Amino acid sequence: MSTTGQPLVEIKHVKKYFPIRKGVLQREVARVHAVDDVSFAVQPGETLGLVGESGCGKSTLGRTIVRLLEPTAGEISFEGQRIEEYGPRQLRPLRRQMQMVFQDPYASLNPRKRVGTIIGDPMKIHKLGDAKERKARVEELLETVGLSPEHYNRFPHEFSGGQRQRIGIARALALRPKLIVADEPVSALDVSIQSQMLNLLEDLQNEFNLTFIFIAHDLGVVRHVSDRIAVMYLGKLVELSPAEELYTRPIMPYTEALLSAVPIPDPDLAAARERIVLEGDVPSPVNPPSGCRFHPRCRYATQVCEEVEPPLVEYGNGHLAACHHPLNVDAAALQRA
Amino acid sequence: MAERLLEVEDLSVHFSTVDGTVRAVDGVSFELERGKVLGIVGESGSGKSVTAMTLMGLTRDVNAHFGGEVRFKGRNLLELSESEMQGYRGAEIGMIFQDPMTSLNPVYRIGEQIVEAIQAHDKVDRRQAKRRAVELLKQVGIPNPESRVDDFPHQFSGGMRQRAMIAIALSCNPDVLIADEPTTALDVTIQAQIIELISRLKDELNSAVILITHDLGVVADIADEILVMYAGRVVERAQTRDLFYDPQMPYTWGLLGSIPRLDRPKPERLHSIKGAPPSVINAPEGCKFRPRCPQAFEKCVQEPGLENRVETPGHLDRCWLDVEVKRARRDATISGGHSEAA
Amino acid sequence: MGAVLVCIAVTFIVFLIFIVVPGGDPAQRIAGKNATPQNIINIRHSWGFDQPFYTQYWVMLKKMFSGNLVSYTSQQNVLTQIVQGMPATFSLTLGASVIWLFFGILVGVLSAITAGRLSDRVITVLALIGISMPVFWLGIVSRYYLAEGGIVSWFPDGEYVGITQSPAQWLSHMILPWLVLAVLFIGFYGRVLRGNILDTINEDYVRTAKAKGLTPRRILVKHVLRTSLIPIVTLFGLDFAAVLGGGAILTETVFDLHGVGQYAALSINNFDLPPIMGVTMYGAFFIVAFSMLVDLFYAYLDPRIRPT
Repeated sequence: MSTTGQPLVEIKHVKKYFPIRKGVLQREVARVHAVDDVSFAVQPGETLGLVGESGCGKSTLGRTIVRLLEPTAGEISFEGQRIEEYGPRQLRPLRRQMQMVFQDPYASLNPRKRVGTIIGDPMKIHKLGDAKERKARVEELLETVGLSPEHYNRFPHEFSGGQRQRIGIARALALRPKLIVADEPVSALDVSIQSQMLNLLEDLQNEFNLTFIFIAHDLGVVRHVSDRIAVMYLGKLVELSPAEELYTRPIMPYTEALLSAVPIPDPDLAAARERIVLEGDVPSPVNPPSGCRFHPRCRYATQVCEEVEPPLVEYGNGHLAACHHPLNVDAAALQRA
Repeated sequence: MAERLLEVEDLSVHFSTVDGTVRAVDGVSFELERGKVLGIVGESGSGKSVTAMTLMGLTRDVNAHFGGEVRFKGRNLLELSESEMQGYRGAEIGMIFQDPMTSLNPVYRIGEQIVEAIQAHDKVDRRQAKRRAVELLKQVGIPNPESRVDDFPHQFSGGMRQRAMIAIALSCNPDVLIADEPTTALDVTIQAQIIELISRLKDELNSAVILITHDLGVVADIADEILVMYAGRVVERAQTRDLFYDPQMPYTWGLLGSIPRLDRPKPERLHSIKGAPPSVINAPEGCKFRPRCPQAFEKCVQEPGLENRVETPGHLDRCWLDVEVKRARRDATISGGHSEAA
Repeated sequence: MGAVLVCIAVTFIVFLIFIVVPGGDPAQRIAGKNATPQNIINIRHSWGFDQPFYTQYWVMLKKMFSGNLVSYTSQQNVLTQIVQGMPATFSLTLGASVIWLFFGILVGVLSAITAGRLSDRVITVLALIGISMPVFWLGIVSRYYLAEGGIVSWFPDGEYVGITQSPAQWLSHMILPWLVLAVLFIGFYGRVLRGNILDTINEDYVRTAKAKGLTPRRILVKHVLRTSLIPIVTLFGLDFAAVLGGGAILTETVFDLHGVGQYAALSINNFDLPPIMGVTMYGAFFIVAFSMLVDLFYAYLDPRIRPT
């Protein structure tokens, strides 16, 4: 994993708004600010974890990066190429490089197609190899993800959730992509299957030199797989940090609250720790709060937080955060920032 | 000794289906005392939800066959007629479910749904019932209850809907609340709120809670006693600290080890349990966990009984391994685990 | 706004069909059997058939909206004819719809509650038979067996008697047509409702209702039916509008009710454009109007759709 050199994916000031239309003439009356000015770069071979709660925009951002959605504004670069305005024709060859794995293993596989077809179709669409070569490759992929080549002719409903997720991963790998965006790939799985899947993803990354953008709401899972982690809140990127540092030195109070909310399977520790329980609900992305979007729920909020949106600032070691009252930052670092 | 509200003895629930008999629950026993929280932990197919629904009589069906007893305040609920059972549901035992969006009827206002629950058991008029509904919403922490009581479910967020569900379940002051995966569909910051709410209400109302979940982190926080279920059986049962610090079942080790922990350094590889949960129709002979157990040996072809094998009374498990051998192996498996026993 | 556009589009399509489909020269038919070629040319001119089609279309629209459409064959004013037929059509619609809605729901609920058992199977077979029986066949058979001059003379044999003339007569004349028309819908609605109910019973909120300790009757009525009936409302609105708009062509004709539907059938037979246009507009109006009503009612029934 290189930390220098050209990033594989780079997004700058990406925005994605969804219009809400009312009335006979379908006028736009409001917008859902799903993703509101997010920028980061992902190096080849690394795993960027993208965390946040529902409505934060992480799934939308994931889909926008692979161009399943078109961004409302901003730049998306893949291997240096600017792809945000590509039409379907130009995107076609790129689709081989970027793939997506989805959350719901029960919904993301076509129930009428056999497993072999599901995995082999991407190759067929991109005209890679003849039928025999495709079959061989599919069987190879099935083994890679821990299934048996005999499963080629089965239907999705004959498999468990964990196995279906493996099929989804095999499909994503079929075209030998460089980037895989995994949208909550283990959330729907049982705990014991989750860990199998995470180990598998790690093995695959090492074997095929993949780059991952791993979207999840579970901070524990994300910590295990990620090199760096980006925290989103209501469409904004509020913290970006090397993985371990996020847990030992969270800077943004939202991250602190998020970490504090994660249940610890240890009764004494759980009882001893100070639980920060946030008041209220996540606000709607249609009318986000002014200034720092987290200010209504933040226990450190002051006047400035309500008025001015904090910029994303670097606090050393590649750790960025957007906060007027950053935590865990000594005065010196504060000066530098 | 607190009052024993619920005594489940050797409960079994079998369903006849076209594919065979599904032994969803097979010989489950436990007790629930007032003021306590019992956690039932298991993965899909473990039978935890079926157990919970059976306590409420929600699994009654032509194809369902029950065994054992479910004694609530002395009476065996399994023997009650359907109309007698209706008298218990909501009034004596309340239940909340996993997905609050689909668990609320979308065409009726929240207030109406609470009033309906109240009027099902208490003879009060609509106005009184509505006032109680507003009180309940306040108790469960919904802001502006007077106006929100007239909202529809889709106007509430996920966390608020679950709070409304809790309000409905507690509307007639039942002594037992069964929460079936109440936080699984919620964001982690809302999860914490809901768990805290359930715990607080239990204290305020002096009732008892059965919390069903697959998340060991959640039960570590509020449960007093925990049952671990696997393939329809209870495979380990202990007081919370005993379960986490001296787990006896290799399955439990597996579960504990599979969870990525925030409070510990990151392991190289996540411990995982190979294979998948067994079919509940054609369960394997002997110990149900044997095919996936790294510690399995010859004796395991015979199913172990649920017995107290460690010094701590009340800590039951289904594993043939000698306790000392077990502890040594366990501490090698779960890296960084607590080695001090309770 | 969209509704008006739909109506206009309908007229245009009908007109186009008429122009395109070969059916003989209207001028010739108006002129009659013994016309000379000059007659035909004269008629063609006075009626405006020699004009380009868009002019004809425009003229026809004007006539239609001013109530001056006149039939080619009978020279009668189309609007008057339609108005004359309305009482019969209305009576048929109102009575039959009440019957089919009531029994359709009854059948649906019964077969759903007893799903899988004998009564359900029996009802299902009967429903399928009801759906499969062609209306005209059933109409003719019922006349043959049950109407005056048939096997038993329980009912009058067709024709319509206005309610203002004689309520008793009106009723006895309408019973057979009502039943014949309703049979089809009962079967259909019953099946649809049964399916909806069986789906709804598995919904999570029904489980919640049970967990509250509600009685089965209350769960069925307040939770299950409330949701299962919503699609039926849509169906009913449109079916009602269709029949009201003269869509029960076969029933009206078989029973000789002289309603709007029968008028439509007659005009089609004669390939008579003005009445066809008139009836089509009339029918389109009802369908569009009821569609809007159904939409509004839907918003009342399902609060998720209401504008916030």
